[in-house]
Amino acid sequence: MVENMELLAPGHRACPGCGTAIATRLILKATGKDVIVVTSTGCLETFTSPYGQSAWEVPWIHSLFENGAAVASGVKEALKAKGNNHTKVVVISGDGGSFDIGFGAISGMFERGHDITYICYDNEAYMNTGVQRSSSTPYAATTTTTPAGVASYGKLEPKKDMPSIALAHGIQYVATASICYPQDLIRKVKKAISINGPKYIQVHVPCCIGWGFDPSETIEVGRLAVETGLVPIYSIEKGKPMEVRKVSDRKPVEAYLKKQNRFKHLFKGEEYKEVVAQLQKICDDNFEYFGLAK
Amino acid sequence: MKLTVGAVVKAGTSKVNKTGNWRSFRPVVNKDLCNGCGICTFFCPDSSIQITEKKSNINYDYCKGCGICAKECPQGAIKMEEERT
Repeated sequence: MVENMELLAPGHRACPGCGTAIATRLILKATGKDVIVVTSTGCLETFTSPYGQSAWEVPWIHSLFENGAAVASGVKEALKAKGNNHTKVVVISGDGGSFDIGFGAISGMFERGHDITYICYDNEAYMNTGVQRSSSTPYAATTTTTPAGVASYGKLEPKKDMPSIALAHGIQYVATASICYPQDLIRKVKKAISINGPKYIQVHVPCCIGWGFDPSETIEVGRLAVETGLVPIYSIEKGKPMEVRKVSDRKPVEAYLKKQNRFKHLFKGEEYKEVVAQLQKICDDNFEYFGLAK
Repeated sequence: MKLTVGAVVKAGTSKVNKTGNWRSFRPVVNKDLCNGCGICTFFCPDSSIQITEKKSNINYDYCKGCGICAKECPQGAIKMEEERT
């Protein structure tokens, strides 16, 4: 049973159809009220804190872009000093604040072994500032800093594999999730906060403005990302075998790409057939590596 | 408005923004088809759907009209209608 508790108040300024708002609501359903949330600069921070207001119904602090994990470490230490050993500390930050700008602070937090659940809502670019590429942006996606055109087909580099980097720190729990599978996401957050030590969860959240699709299709697009194999859903608890969410109805990568304006240029002619094949290969490799087939 | 040191504000104060006026399409629940499964409540970005008396109930004060609920309802119980003021 999932709590009916609503810990993200309405009236926030997220775009209609915002995946990040959905992710945050689900995460807070899992954490409950006894939590302190830290958010680095990003969409979530901006839309939940209009001037002089807050959409949060739990204690929340906005750090800088780069130091979400460091601020969370400080919060945890302060709780310890006060003799509080029950309040959970959770970071909810975007891919910009996690993959790029906050990367060093996260690594430090993992290495120090702080009891913090770090959740990255991964919308695959800097959406808040106008869709600039991040190291999470997938291969061949067009962004304002990797524009597709005569000279380029979008981002030339593949997405950074953050969960593997988190795992390499030897931390307790690493998981990927998607807002399209709410029960799975809630279960993983509950699991993570129950474990002592650093944890990392990466939640795939479609962004209708940045990716270019109708706001009503947020869940549909996110589901296609999983069903094509481009976004594998799995979890690894230290010392235990990996748990994988199997894909029963596999789709070709085009089904996902064609839904979004950020990949539209790949289908304008025959020119980028190879690029699409490369994206399909990423999916194929995921299917093989993670054993996604049912 | 004057902020405190550290810009501390009260929880849930964003509720003063009635974001319902952003809406150009309005989700309308067919209560005969709705079976109260609650899938729409999970997927609403604006915390604007509640299940009351086993039926989906939309809070039009805050619903921005994104249409996710209508798209994801397995019963097809929610339809988007043009907003008329």
